[in-house]
Amino acid sequence: METILSAEKLNLYYSDNHALKDITLPVPKGQVTALIGPSGCGKSTFLKTLNRMNDLVDGVRVAGLVTLDGEDIYAPDYDVVGLRKRVGMVFQKPNPFPMSIFDNVAYGPRIHGQRDKKALREIVESSLKGAALWDEVKDRLNKSALSLSGGQQQRLCIARVLAVGPEVLLMDEPTSALDPISTQRIEDLIEELKGRYTIVIVTHNMQQAGRISDRTAFFYRGDLIEWGETDTLFQTPADKRTEDYITGRFG
Amino acid sequence: MEEKLERKATRRRRTPAEFIMENLFLLCALASIAAVAVITVYLFVSGTPAIFKIGAKEFLLGTVWKPTEGQFGILPMIICSVVSTVLAVGAGGVIGVMTAVFMAELAPPWLTRLLRPCVRLLAGIPSVVYGYFGLTLIVPLIAKLSGFAGNSLLAVIVLLAMMILPTIISISEDALRAVPRAYKEGSLALGASHSQTIFKVLLPAARSGILSALVLGVGRAIGETMAVILVAGNTPQIPTSLFDSVRTLTINIAFEMSYAEGLHREALFATGVVLFLFIMALNILLNVLTRRREKKNA
Ligand SMILES: Nc1ncnc2c1ncn2[C@@H]1O[C@H](COP(=O)(O)OP(=O)(O)OP(=O)(O)O)[C@@H](O)[C@H]1O
Ligand SMILES: [Mg+2]
Repeated sequence: METILSAEKLNLYYSDNHALKDITLPVPKGQVTALIGPSGCGKSTFLKTLNRMNDLVDGVRVAGLVTLDGEDIYAPDYDVVGLRKRVGMVFQKPNPFPMSIFDNVAYGPRIHGQRDKKALREIVESSLKGAALWDEVKDRLNKSALSLSGGQQQRLCIARVLAVGPEVLLMDEPTSALDPISTQRIEDLIEELKGRYTIVIVTHNMQQAGRISDRTAFFYRGDLIEWGETDTLFQTPADKRTEDYITGRFG
Repeated sequence: MEEKLERKATRRRRTPAEFIMENLFLLCALASIAAVAVITVYLFVSGTPAIFKIGAKEFLLGTVWKPTEGQFGILPMIICSVVSTVLAVGAGGVIGVMTAVFMAELAPPWLTRLLRPCVRLLAGIPSVVYGYFGLTLIVPLIAKLSGFAGNSLLAVIVLLAMMILPTIISISEDALRAVPRAYKEGSLALGASHSQTIFKVLLPAARSGILSALVLGVGRAIGETMAVILVAGNTPQIPTSLFDSVRTLTINIAFEMSYAEGLHREALFATGVVLFLFIMALNILLNVLTRRREKKNA
């Protein structure tokens, strides 16, 4: 099994708050890895270390190693822009820009230097198709993205990430703000995207983790308690805390 | 039906104190409306006859202002007011919006905390003080650098640009801060640099707020009198260069009102009418902008 992203002895501090403790977790290429755990255990924090979105937070300190294809992404001269192109992120709340649907998807390619109109149209179309949104919006690409429903907006955000051609997709509870039908759509989409993309997804929904992920990692109070094949972890958890959590005894 | 009954009941339960307060508010509101109405009516009644006597075309498009010889053309003043306002808002707008970006996005928090009260202080300085500053600093500087007399269109523009800066900075900064953080994160997560994010996402998202700031700046610039009177040179001529002595609509009124009589006096009121129309148009524009923003936020 090929590992694309990997954390080794990763520690993260928000000022005095030790939010991630000695996390070691390889992310296998082309698979879906789910991060689960009770609120505040550090799932989002861990996810954000993988594309350095933590850089935006004041007073954050990272120690340890995160590698992408074997390269240390926290090395001083590492190209963060290039990293975020390769490791895209979808947020919990859909956050399309207040511009047209087309411009939202074209945003990434444009800032990375794509000027050619025809090429942009092709990228937009293939990305929207990739995010299973094309048929719903192809007649109104110039309408404001804010006029879409929540579920459509989230798929638009996925399309927007696909448009820059990433290898890894980080998703932080992408369906928690959505209704069941939209959730189903996004889950189907993840199913379809896996293989071509490596996906790391945070979810509070155990069934969802069970349905869509190949591997699951259980976080608890900043520690990574255990990780492994999703089926194994759910059926025969090694740790008592994991068992309690997945059976709903706390969290 | 039931609701109506209930409303009636609450109304009857109103205490005398409440009754007095409510009517006090009403009275105040009526007083301010009355003030605006009186000014408007008075201005139009005393200003419009002159326009007809002189002739609308001669008045608005006439290039010579010589009240002693019965020539009342205010085109030079209109041009000067418009040109100085547009250029001042252009310059002040760019500098002000950039400053706002700096304060909202780039400066460390302690610096922003220091800058903000300074900007607010700038907004509160009386305009005659700005004028004095212009007269003793900007005018001599321009004179020295250009070789012309310093009282000029350029001096007016520089001074007006400075005067509108505080308004533009604070409103633009508020507008930028009101942009949801999620936009910024979304942009950075796509691999955009900070400056790309500012120019491609944050500023466009804050667009309507910044436009309102600019419109307010235009209103302040076109109505400014006391400061520009000290630096403009006050010659009623169509400027052909930035170094020409000029006179704005506001200066025209303030300068001559104290001694003008008869038609001359009426012509000054008519100048006021023209100014009033400009400002009314601006207000309508501002209203449209804010309404559009509200609709967008809804
Ligand atoms: N920007 C921040 N500044 C300071 N502390 C933070 C910040 N973000 C998170 N934390 C802290 O880090 C810890 C982990 O937070 P994190 O958001 O990663 O949890 P989570 O597992 O994603 O929780 P949830 O399921 O509620 O989203 C918490 O104690 C939280 O208070
Ligand atoms: Mg979270």
